[in-house]
Amino acid sequence: MRRILAILMENEPGSLSRIVGLFSQRAFNIESLTVAPTDDNSLSRMTIATKGDDKVLEQIVKQVNKLIDVIKITDITDRSHIERELLLVKVATVNEKSRTEVKRITDIFRGNIVDIGKNIYTVQLTGSAEKLNAFIETLQNETEIIESVRSGCVGIARGDKALRV
Amino acid sequence: MTIELFSGAEIVVKSLSALKVKYIFGYPGGSVLDIYDAIFQQDDIEHILVRHEQAATHMADGYTRATGEVGVVLATSGPGATNCVTGIATAYMDSIPMVVLAGQVASSLIGNDAFQETDIVGCTRPIVKHSFNCRSLADIPDAIAKAFYLASTGRPGPVVVELPKDILIPQNKGPFCIETNIKMRSYNPNVNGHPKQIRKAAKTINEAKKLIVYSGGGIVIADASALLTKLVETLKAPITNTLMGLGGISGVHKNFIGMLGMHGSLEANKSMANADVILALGARFDDRVTNNVEKFCPNATIIHVDIDPTSISKTINAHIPIVGLVEVVMQQLLDELDAIKFQPNDEALKEWWQQINLWRQVKSISYQQEPTQKIKPQRVVEAMYKITNGEAYVCSDVGQHQMFAAQYYPFAKPRQWINSGGAGTMGFGLPAAMGAKLAFPDKHVICITGDGSIQMNIQELSTCLQYNLAVVIVTLNNRSLGMVRQWQDMVYDGRHASSYMESLPDFVKVAEAYGHVGIKIDTLEELDEKLAQAFSIKNRLVFVDVLVDEKEHVYPMHIRGGAIDELWIRKGEKA
Repeated sequence: MRRILAILMENEPGSLSRIVGLFSQRAFNIESLTVAPTDDNSLSRMTIATKGDDKVLEQIVKQVNKLIDVIKITDITDRSHIERELLLVKVATVNEKSRTEVKRITDIFRGNIVDIGKNIYTVQLTGSAEKLNAFIETLQNETEIIESVRSGCVGIARGDKALRV
Repeated sequence: MTIELFSGAEIVVKSLSALKVKYIFGYPGGSVLDIYDAIFQQDDIEHILVRHEQAATHMADGYTRATGEVGVVLATSGPGATNCVTGIATAYMDSIPMVVLAGQVASSLIGNDAFQETDIVGCTRPIVKHSFNCRSLADIPDAIAKAFYLASTGRPGPVVVELPKDILIPQNKGPFCIETNIKMRSYNPNVNGHPKQIRKAAKTINEAKKLIVYSGGGIVIADASALLTKLVETLKAPITNTLMGLGGISGVHKNFIGMLGMHGSLEANKSMANADVILALGARFDDRVTNNVEKFCPNATIIHVDIDPTSISKTINAHIPIVGLVEVVMQQLLDELDAIKFQPNDEALKEWWQQINLWRQVKSISYQQEPTQKIKPQRVVEAMYKITNGEAYVCSDVGQHQMFAAQYYPFAKPRQWINSGGAGTMGFGLPAAMGAKLAFPDKHVICITGDGSIQMNIQELSTCLQYNLAVVIVTLNNRSLGMVRQWQDMVYDGRHASSYMESLPDFVKVAEAYGHVGIKIDTLEELDEKLAQAFSIKNRLVFVDVLVDEKEHVYPMHIRGGAIDELWIRKGEKA
């Protein structure tokens, strides 16, 4: 089952490699991983999307927690939470029809066209992984996707629950 | 007032000195020569020069296992550091506190594939508890103090500190100040067991009819032997030890039913399989203990006490997990049992012990030695036990001899038995024994080994001469890699692929060439006398080469894929 893990850790050189190393060393699955410093520059916040049964998940959470640099880890999947991913996609817009269709689909999905080139639109979309998948699929039916990049998901729990020191 | 300034190398040595380090085990090289120069100019810390960095790690490890103090290793960058990898992995698998100071090329060269540059922090990442890259002279004391703190607290383990050359040189100087009272916001290992879990555990123990205590290396590391013995005597329950846990309770205690697992006793494995409650203390349900996890003790309620949450429910699901220091949790349990007025269930215990004694009568740990036969390896271990009064530090390599030592030398105290249990590192025995001998020069320290293992660090005979480390090396020489050969006999229809040694050296002459005493024992009738002679020689290393029966197998042995109590107890005979 897909799980979203939120991790708060020391912003030290090597911290990221310890997490990545742990996942490969213990044959845990990583679907996506994002990391950046937080408002407090001494801390990094990471979101990992992973898959596994309950037993595997328990080990992942414990093993990550065991890393010295990790301050807190929490599985936000089952609680009310917000999950977002950013997509940038370049699509071929070689004729009027495709330009209109891409614009229309982008509006429906509430994305933005952020760059226009000769026969190319670059579209930005944020949302859940599911929404991004649906958007890509819809685009594919209309035109050719030239290049796409996704940020991997970031997540945060709703309400007053906070992951902080 | 002027502040005294020191080089990074001096700060390294001063930091170690502040942490009361007595010995550094190491080998010099370009990137750490400044540290060697600083060591040379002080008297607080003695440096032990090994002949290979792997041996430095094992020697530090042996010293630590014998004393409980953190072992310190110093190696140069590149191959010096990578030679430490096996020793670090060995310490990691057995939770041994160790600090490895690894040299590195100058910061300006890092990443350039410079001479003797290796990313040692990267190489060791999966086998350390933590590691530090020092990037400036000011980082050094904090990194070293934290390394010691991390290595020795919680679940202990090795920590690597990388020191680039440019922060060590005498041209750069800075003030020295070290804070040894460490606090880290990201590291707070549990101490106390959760009171609710303690109450649950005590209630479960109170209601148990067939309780078994299963204890591991955690008891030895925690020096919690007295408390464990008290707990076992309160419960009147049988106790079994893992390979790493031997000595956690006296091997001749009436409640001790032997080691469990792959080569454990029938009574230990049967008792586990038939128990209704298993109290696991500082043990981790390793695959060499459980055999097939699907068939593992289906009727038992498992109480699992461990300092490391990842050990709990990793292989075997715990019904009552308790995270905390084992010595603290045992005291909590004793207090709770007292509070609920625990009385041993004599009737149930009587029945349980009757059953256990029936299994004991099978005498699964036994062998046949006819006077005219070649020497049986088990017989050699028994002879050593008698000669040393059971009081020696026994440091083992890896293989059949390791199992024979575990089975036939009952350890009275923790820390007496020193072996590479988790990693199974051949070549561990001699340097580990050297570390123990350095710590306890007046005690008998045995390196029990085989003709395969001893050759994996035999160059250390030279170190032994330099520091007068009078270890007694006893090689159970079967002219083969015995454990490999045993598996080939049992699993590969007797095809001995690369498991025998056709060109063994004359070990007596090897010992003599290194300046030691060599003794060869070929027949049973000379065994006791010559062994006694070997142990009577003080202040010189004695290398005893005992030619043993190469056909002997280690029994009992788990039947592959079976339950914990499915065993071969003799050749071709299942329990």
